[in-house]
Amino acid sequence: MTATTVKFYQTGTHTVGNRLLDPEHRSVQADMRRTNSLNSGHRACQGCGEALGARYAIDAAMQATDNQLIAANATGCLEVFSTPYPETSWQIPWIHSLFGNTAAVATGIAAALRVKGRTEVRVVAQGGDGGTTDIGFGCLSGMFERNDDVLYICYDNEAYMNTGVQRSSATPGAARTATTPAVGEAPGNVFGQGKSLPLIAMAHEIPYVATAIVSELRDLEAKVKRAMEIRGARYIHIFVPCPLGWGTASNQTIHIARLAKETGIFPVIAAEHGELTKVSKIRKQLPVEDYLKPQRRFAHLFSPTPNLAAIAHIQALADRNIRRFGLIDAAPVGAVASAPTGAGDN
Amino acid sequence: MLTQCEGSHAVAATVALCRPEVICAYPISPQTHIVEGLSEMVRDGTLQHCEFINVESEFAAMSVAIGSSATGARSYTATASQGLLFMAEAVWNASGLGLPIVMTLANRAIGAPINIWNDHTDAMSMRDAGWLQLFAENNQEAADLHIQAFRLAEELSLPIMVCMDGFILTHAYEGVDIPTQAQVDAYLPPYEPRQVLDPRDPVSIGAMVGPEAFTEVRYLAHAKQMQALELIPQLAEEFQAQFGRASGGLIRTYRTEDAQTVVVALGSVLGTIKDTIDDLREEGHKIGVLGITSFRPFPTAAIGEAVRYCERVVVVEKSFAVGVGGIVSRDVRTAMREHPHPIYAVIAGLGGRAITKDSLHQLFLTAMDDKLEALTFLDLDWNAVNRELERERTTRRSGPIAENLLRDLGVVAARVG
Ligand SMILES: Cc1ncc(C[n+]2csc(CCOP(=O)(O)OP(=O)(O)O)c2C)c(N)n1
Ligand code: SF4
Repeated sequence: MTATTVKFYQTGTHTVGNRLLDPEHRSVQADMRRTNSLNSGHRACQGCGEALGARYAIDAAMQATDNQLIAANATGCLEVFSTPYPETSWQIPWIHSLFGNTAAVATGIAAALRVKGRTEVRVVAQGGDGGTTDIGFGCLSGMFERNDDVLYICYDNEAYMNTGVQRSSATPGAARTATTPAVGEAPGNVFGQGKSLPLIAMAHEIPYVATAIVSELRDLEAKVKRAMEIRGARYIHIFVPCPLGWGTASNQTIHIARLAKETGIFPVIAAEHGELTKVSKIRKQLPVEDYLKPQRRFAHLFSPTPNLAAIAHIQALADRNIRRFGLIDAAPVGAVASAPTGAGDN
Repeated sequence: MLTQCEGSHAVAATVALCRPEVICAYPISPQTHIVEGLSEMVRDGTLQHCEFINVESEFAAMSVAIGSSATGARSYTATASQGLLFMAEAVWNASGLGLPIVMTLANRAIGAPINIWNDHTDAMSMRDAGWLQLFAENNQEAADLHIQAFRLAEELSLPIMVCMDGFILTHAYEGVDIPTQAQVDAYLPPYEPRQVLDPRDPVSIGAMVGPEAFTEVRYLAHAKQMQALELIPQLAEEFQAQFGRASGGLIRTYRTEDAQTVVVALGSVLGTIKDTIDDLREEGHKIGVLGITSFRPFPTAAIGEAVRYCERVVVVEKSFAVGVGGIVSRDVRTAMREHPHPIYAVIAGLGGRAITKDSLHQLFLTAMDDKLEALTFLDLDWNAVNRELERERTTRRSGPIAENLLRDLGVVAARVG
């Protein structure tokens, strides 16, 4: 009898196929009882990373809390595409108040639940990177500092998408946005500005901080689950490519996200009480050009002539992430690549 | 029980009797003593089943109240002046969402120049924000209005600002009858929200609304305020039956029955005006005063009726719309549409400038001779103003205005009056 190769991993993804896992290890999305909390029919662009991230995150939070969940939402794409009145996509109690106050609204919800003795009901606040790192930063820092019982999720698409792709303090250097156009001596966003909210969240020493990415959805689900096991302020920063704002093909969202991780551009980590506890290792380090090239927001780095200095700068930032977070194990000589993790335990 | 206490203390004690469930606050003079009092009551267990949250800004204070109110908790905050402006976006949001938050506004001027003293500019800056606005004349009324405010807010599902004059009321010691818990409980039932965030019955609150329904939503907010015009007198009557004293209502008149001249004002200045009117009555002048308790909704019909037989109206207001004139007086004018007699706007008491009986006496005499300008600034220092105007005419780099004035005046803090 000839041996046949069993495909253990989905093609090209290093992800273990769900059906090969024990039922208890399967993803929330694979579960027929998933809540579809952000239901189909909303108006996100095709391939929207934010819609994907939110769907996984909130369904996972619902499962982790036995469906006892309330969400507060900042103004932004997620709010707008999910709720043109009266066609809300939300199957959970949900409130949108303003652009910059979501963390505080969530604090109020948590306070009301506590005073009413309904602590089994949990609170998630969510917003885009602009709503989180810029205008909502004060309220978010206050919520962290008081250690309010809220999980805040930031969907980071690296610009103000809902208003037409303007720069935020999460926009990377060299990226073209509507307010950092690809013109002049140093086209695109300036280097040396911006901030890392996961690191700032860690500096608040809150119980849990994690980053996640839509190419590692099992990890994303696991982090949401972990966050819901903890009381107090928690923060998850999810990297969500935006086909419209980044100028990428709709069917490339997950691929682009994977490249962000495998280049070291976006470190996937977790921390508890200010200390790093988990790092998703890079399996095979790729050069940043692989990540930059498919995105029109970086097109000016490659044509008409390659901007080698800018590319080298971005490479240096990725390398620094790798060093800083230990994203690559110093492989012992002759060792094979470490086994891919599929059960969402990283 | 009749207690000799600070106005802020009376309000804190009364708010506590209203069983708020979430209180969030950020400090600003002259509101501080109110929230300090409440935080102490939560800490020492006097006020139970209540979360007190120290927030990082007024914007967060109102936002926390939005979240807690939408989750069905009776929610309270307090602010003043710059604090109200800092929370402005959330102020509009709370009323737009129809959340019955009660907020004390310890009225204070708005800078620049920064000034912590009393006037009504802060309240007026939010007069179109969709909140109900009640103005207290004295500390007893300030306390009482809070009990009525929770009831009114929750029946209508609309937020309410209870306005009390900063320092003049908040920091004044007066005898205030603070009711018992049983009395308040009998008047104010537990909060039954119209909308609530609850996994047992999920709803979306604050969804986007386009042109197809926005006007209707706004109209319904107006309709609710019109309902408040009926409900406010009703609740005041019930309050009187329950607590044995008159507090609240839409307007309050004093010696207006046969008055040829009716003065209109809001807040604590009504006390001084009444004293002045007593003197003028003794001199044989037919003058009375109308106090507006409910500025929003604006009691157009009640005011129109009250000024119907007079010959002139003098509005004394602690607020000023730069570039136009009076704010309250413009609303009063709409109430007098059918009575073509003159209405005088008098801007008084800005930034804590004392409104004295002497000045009012002179002002009303001039008004009764119809010699008043349509827009008058009570006790304006024309010398100081003219000096600065002259400086600006003659020197290009004339310097910062406020500092120039203070230098001209010489003495600074001693001249608050
Ligand atoms: C106070 C205020 N300022 C500005 C806006 C306009 N605005 C609405 S959504 C948005 C962009 C949202 O960007 P982000 O938070 O990054 O979320 P995204 O749309 O990218 O998901 C802006 C600027 C607003 N609604 N409120
Ligand atoms: S603009 Fe970007 S974030 Fe917004 S819906 Fe489209 S893909 Fe999603």
